[in-house]
Amino acid sequence: MATRSLPFLVLAMIGLLIANLMFGAVSIPFKQILDGLQTGNEHHFTIHEYRLPRTILAMLVGAMMALAGALVQGVIRNPLASPDVLGVSHGAGLAAVFYMTFFPNADISWLPAVALVGSLVAALMLWWLCGSHSSTIKLAITGVALAALYASCIDFLMLIKPLEINNALLWLTGSLWGRGWNQLSMLLPWLLLIPFALWLAKPLNLIHLGDDSAISLGIKANKLRLASLGLAVGLTASCVAICGPIGFLGLVAPHLTRKLVGGRHQILLPATMLVGAILLLLADLVARTIDPPIELPAGIMTAIIGAPYFLWLLLRTK
Amino acid sequence: MSLSTHNLSVGYHDKAIVKQVDLNIPAGKIIALLGPNGCGKSTLLKAMARILSPMDGQVHWQGQNLHNIASKKLAQQLALLPQTQPIPEGIKVKDLVAYGRSPYTGFWGRINKEDHEIIAQVMQETGITELAEQLVSELSGGQRQRVWLAMTLAQDTPYLLLDEPTTYMDLSHQVELMHLLRKLNLQGKTIITVLHDINQAARYCDHLIVMKQGKIITQGAPDSVLTQQLLKEVFSLDAQIHQDPIAQTPMCVVE
Repeated sequence: MATRSLPFLVLAMIGLLIANLMFGAVSIPFKQILDGLQTGNEHHFTIHEYRLPRTILAMLVGAMMALAGALVQGVIRNPLASPDVLGVSHGAGLAAVFYMTFFPNADISWLPAVALVGSLVAALMLWWLCGSHSSTIKLAITGVALAALYASCIDFLMLIKPLEINNALLWLTGSLWGRGWNQLSMLLPWLLLIPFALWLAKPLNLIHLGDDSAISLGIKANKLRLASLGLAVGLTASCVAICGPIGFLGLVAPHLTRKLVGGRHQILLPATMLVGAILLLLADLVARTIDPPIELPAGIMTAIIGAPYFLWLLLRTK
Repeated sequence: MSLSTHNLSVGYHDKAIVKQVDLNIPAGKIIALLGPNGCGKSTLLKAMARILSPMDGQVHWQGQNLHNIASKKLAQQLALLPQTQPIPEGIKVKDLVAYGRSPYTGFWGRINKEDHEIIAQVMQETGITELAEQLVSELSGGQRQRVWLAMTLAQDTPYLLLDEPTTYMDLSHQVELMHLLRKLNLQGKTIITVLHDINQAARYCDHLIVMKQGKIITQGAPDSVLTQQLLKEVFSLDAQIHQDPIAQTPMCVVE
């Protein structure tokens, strides 16, 4: 069952990639998409400057956020854990808004680094409050509370610096709107984190069995936890820096994937990236086509699915 | 091959549970760790499996400090079956048993023909061959315990450390397990197990180590260790020692 679902996921993702290029305020027939890539074509601007980079971004950001979620859930052994639930995404968001409101003319390419600092601080904050051996519920509730605190800090910043909020607002909704080749090139170096994450597949399987068994099988449990959370923080920060905090993706995607392909990380990690990409491509497609030319932020679409899913998980956890 | 502790103190949160224990594990035997709840037998076992780091003193494997040995190399020598295990989601029985081969596989965890043979063999020995395709999360407590035991056996180590391996098992599976331990012992494995049932220990183990309040009270063959006085002193039990009519081992009967 496990490996057999991979081709289907790949096909679904390719289908959505094509759909994202075809549909929007203007529909472009399938046959004309390839022509649109050439300069001089009537659809060149729409396809090449607008839809293509945005579609690639949706695919990569979806995959990276889902991978970050799987890494966190893997080492914390907690279905409620994910960078957004734990407040790491909003920590990155707060740092980024702070940077944009106080240094409105600063270089935007520093944003991923700023977001990284924010998410690291948020992760350390959670660690400091909860310690390394806290219960599922305590971790989730502390994370949610911290996320709310960061969100209100963001609101506060925007109230006291109303002139600079335009940039921040645009970015904060968790959206792919207006993102193009520039943002894509900012994200590219962070793709290097992906092979490192996949390299953790085998030890992640074993930490799933509890620290005692993992150590007995030759795993250095604390080092693994640090590496895995560090990678998750990096992946989250780079995505948040570009698209804003797109909620619940890191929570829902690994969870759905575990139901689909099981818990072996050699399959789970690649599959969760596909599912994450599919979810964000779908969210952005719906957000763009539901009422054109008006666009909803993709973050709202993921929240509509993600929030009830989170509540369901919370109620199910004993 | 040798496993020993030297002036070992170990515990949790600065509180020593095991206090200044010097112990040589006799190689090639089945050894039971006995004692009342909280006496430190599980803690001692975990220290010997390098799960817990000593507060003071050392654990030695082949004369070398346990914590200085490469973790993958040590995982080919010592295997631990913990007392409680989380229930992994979405993992099949055969996959869990295969995880036991991790100390021998490469970074992606690919298992080869030899690994497959060992996995099939331990699944047969523990009687879980029919469960291979089932999810671990769907098994009963006793079945799950056997699956974890199979994983520990798949690690194929000369030393086995078991923390109350009979927990959750019904009586017939408990007996089966003890027979399996005997068989593994005949193949050359040294087995150290925490047990609650004194009679089980006396019947199936070669060497008993009795603990109380973090110290070793006495150790040796069941015949010499199990006395009326010891049961009174360690377990606060008024009991008589009789001879097991079948195995001729000592047997304690509570008054």
